[in-house]
Amino acid sequence: MASSETALAAGQRARGLAPFLRSQMRNIAPFLTLIFLSGFFALASPSFATLDNLGNILTQVSVTGIIAVGLTFVILCAEIDLSIASIANVTGIAVAYFTLQESYVNIPNIPLPGAAAILLAILLCAFLGLVNALGLTMIGIPSFIMTLAMMQIAAGISALLVRGQIAYKVPGVITTLGSGSIGGIPWIVIVAAIMLLLGHLVLTYTRFGRYVYMVGGNREAAEYSGLNVKLILGAVMVISAVCSGIGGMLGVAHFGSAQQNEFDTYLLDSIAAVVVGGTSLFGGRGGIGNTIVGLFVLGVLNNGLDHVNIDSFLKILIRGLILLAALVINVYAQRLREKAVE
Amino acid sequence: MREDRSPILELQGITKSFGGVEALRGVDFALSPGEIHGLVGENGAGKSTLMKIIAGVHTEFSGRFLIDGQETHFRSARDAHSAGIAMVHQELSVAPDLTVAENVFLGNQPTNRLGLVQWRRMAREAGEQLARFGIDVDPMSRLGDLPIGLQQLIEIARVLFSGARIVILDEPTSALSPPEVERLFATLRRLRDEGTAIVFISHFIEDILRVSDTVTVFRNGRKVAETASAATSKGALIEAMIGRGGEALEHSYSDDLMLPRPSDSAVVLKVDQLSLARSLKDISFEARAGEVLGIYGFMGCGQQELSRILFGKLKSDGGTLAVDGKPKTFASTAAARRAGVALVPESRRDMLFHQEPVYKNISISILDRISALLLKPAQERDIAQRQVEQLQIRPPVVGLDLGMLSGGNQQKVALAKWLTYPPKLLVLCEPTRGMDVGAKNDVINIVRDLRTKGLAIIVLSTEPETVLSLADRILVLKRGALVREFKNEPVSKDRLLEAA
Ligand SMILES: Nc1ncnc2c1ncn2[C@@H]1O[C@H](COP(=O)(O)OP(=O)(O)OP(=O)(O)O)[C@@H](O)[C@H]1O
Ligand SMILES: [Mg+2]
Repeated sequence: MASSETALAAGQRARGLAPFLRSQMRNIAPFLTLIFLSGFFALASPSFATLDNLGNILTQVSVTGIIAVGLTFVILCAEIDLSIASIANVTGIAVAYFTLQESYVNIPNIPLPGAAAILLAILLCAFLGLVNALGLTMIGIPSFIMTLAMMQIAAGISALLVRGQIAYKVPGVITTLGSGSIGGIPWIVIVAAIMLLLGHLVLTYTRFGRYVYMVGGNREAAEYSGLNVKLILGAVMVISAVCSGIGGMLGVAHFGSAQQNEFDTYLLDSIAAVVVGGTSLFGGRGGIGNTIVGLFVLGVLNNGLDHVNIDSFLKILIRGLILLAALVINVYAQRLREKAVE
Repeated sequence: MREDRSPILELQGITKSFGGVEALRGVDFALSPGEIHGLVGENGAGKSTLMKIIAGVHTEFSGRFLIDGQETHFRSARDAHSAGIAMVHQELSVAPDLTVAENVFLGNQPTNRLGLVQWRRMAREAGEQLARFGIDVDPMSRLGDLPIGLQQLIEIARVLFSGARIVILDEPTSALSPPEVERLFATLRRLRDEGTAIVFISHFIEDILRVSDTVTVFRNGRKVAETASAATSKGALIEAMIGRGGEALEHSYSDDLMLPRPSDSAVVLKVDQLSLARSLKDISFEARAGEVLGIYGFMGCGQQELSRILFGKLKSDGGTLAVDGKPKTFASTAAARRAGVALVPESRRDMLFHQEPVYKNISISILDRISALLLKPAQERDIAQRQVEQLQIRPPVVGLDLGMLSGGNQQKVALAKWLTYPPKLLVLCEPTRGMDVGAKNDVINIVRDLRTKGLAIIVLSTEPETVLSLADRILVLKRGALVREFKNEPVSKDRLLEAA
């Protein structure tokens, strides 16, 4: 049997490179985009392709990367989470709220020991994720709507906690992980790398990861296979919220302050990273590997545009266009693959 | 009369391979206007592949393709459509979220001068078309809410009335009840007499012989016979299809068959006064270990709903279920599976992951038995390989994407999912739908084998043959109510039809 299988695999390869490439379009296109963008900026600006700048790029995408880990799970299940940025924000604010602030910070907060502050913040984001999960699975609210509501709710909690003020202090560990570095490597990059790696291992090598792909691939079939689809969807929403929370705490330390609307751009950035990387919006295809490529595409784009002489208002438009192109490829790749299997 | 017309479609030396698999090897095929051309062959013989080439779905192949004597090469299904070719695919290809009317007019909705869809006109015309075909349904209802058989009928109606010159029907009757099949055949004959060329694929050889003028037999990607239907017989066709003395494989079930004395082994499932809205009324029955309980009824009689309730996919409005004497209310399919219940639904699309390899399809429902936290792909493949060999799934390659298997082989994979760790109660909906005679026989043997292992098995089917070939005891379901029980007595196809 084994030999017939290899013969067949060989046959499939021999069938020609073109169909193979077509079915792999979702993985190849983002990679080519990355190479193209890097090449372009390297030629356009001498300061782009340096080791220092690579470090910059890595640091710049770290918070997005941490948030995108959880979002990858959600999108693989063919759901969406629009509350990631708000949850990141409220968790970052919460951890500061439970930390002793300097006397000039005028927030009626509750100072606690660092470990307690971190624990409470994590519990908060997990709880908000759970609310998302229950709304989606028990009440049956589409995730798009449910998390839209959660986006407001989390923003509301943030507002109540800081009341328009800015807090600066977070527990020491968080400060170190968010803004410190070890041997020249920023801790936040290391944390992002570890979380991406963990996410990849879970998705690729665990039973839960397989369930995520199968639920995303065909939810009806997953249910007919006796999987607890609601449990899996719920878990994914909680994972997303917790990743966002971690990203939020480290982000606050990284920026050096906790305030309202601090993470607004991270919603679009995280979704873009996942989708540009080639994870299918229809679920079941893609993964952390794709998300990493997507992160780099965004990172290189954002950073590179700073290195070339370009109208800073035009940057926004260019990012939008690149995102649109990625979406087109994403949907198109899905269709090509379906055609290959039909 | 047919002889003097020149073929409308001619294929010469068609060869098509998918990677290492040769699906068609040098096939010649011709179709004349005003003929119904029957196509038979084992699962994976290449029938659907040839038809997909004609319908412009597969565009890469070698060989000559002539329409009206002109060499042609379709680049897409749309090309085929404009050349007057329409096809009903083996896998239902309706849009479940659209209304019935939208499905009927898929792609060419009537619009006014502003380009707006004329809903009222569309609904009226769709209703009229369907009524002509004997389908009584609200054109504005969502298609996905209708029973699968009705969806199939609607898709057939859409294709038949699309005005195509060549109509291809790939196993169109698999979900239809006998009266509906009759109505379909009458329509096919009328279209033929009006000059349409029709290809009709089925595993029901009797149907093929009854409705078609010519029969072509496929085997292993080759055309092995082509004869006038009048000049052949069921036995001869089966022999050509599978090569061994085939007649023993297919029973006609027109004579009385004696059901055994009811078993008195343990009751595995007890259903009491189950009801569901307008679909099921006060259903009560028991299923016992080591017994195959057949539930027969026409399409839409409530079988589908009943099976879904047993597996926790639907909630009943009233009544109780007990497994092994313990009352159960299944909150999810996962709960039903934990209680030892397994279901194979009639539609494979609902149960299979087309873009995933065969082994992942087979292992998904038993993954928690294989691995606690980490996956064990090697073991998954081994398990799948064993099932693939036992069920003789072709090609026997567990790494192949499921979508690359032929329809009948996909159906076997759906069954294979539950066989590694047999459940206590196995509910099978249309277990032999889409299978060739040999494969049907394999399934019959597998079910008998599971019965001797002590499983309680419920077989729900709209085909009398399926129920008769498998069941020890038969319940007849009619418009949501159990109307008759056959046990320890003679039963035949006619008696079943009469009761339903
Ligand atoms: N898209 C595909 N990719 C790879 N192999 C395929 C594909 N489609 C069909 N095949 C293979 O081609 C062969 C013929 O398949 P086909 O669907 O034509 O069979 P069939 O005669 O219609 O069988 P059935 O009665 O089960 O529907 C099978 O071996 C099948 O596995
Ligand atoms: Mg077929």
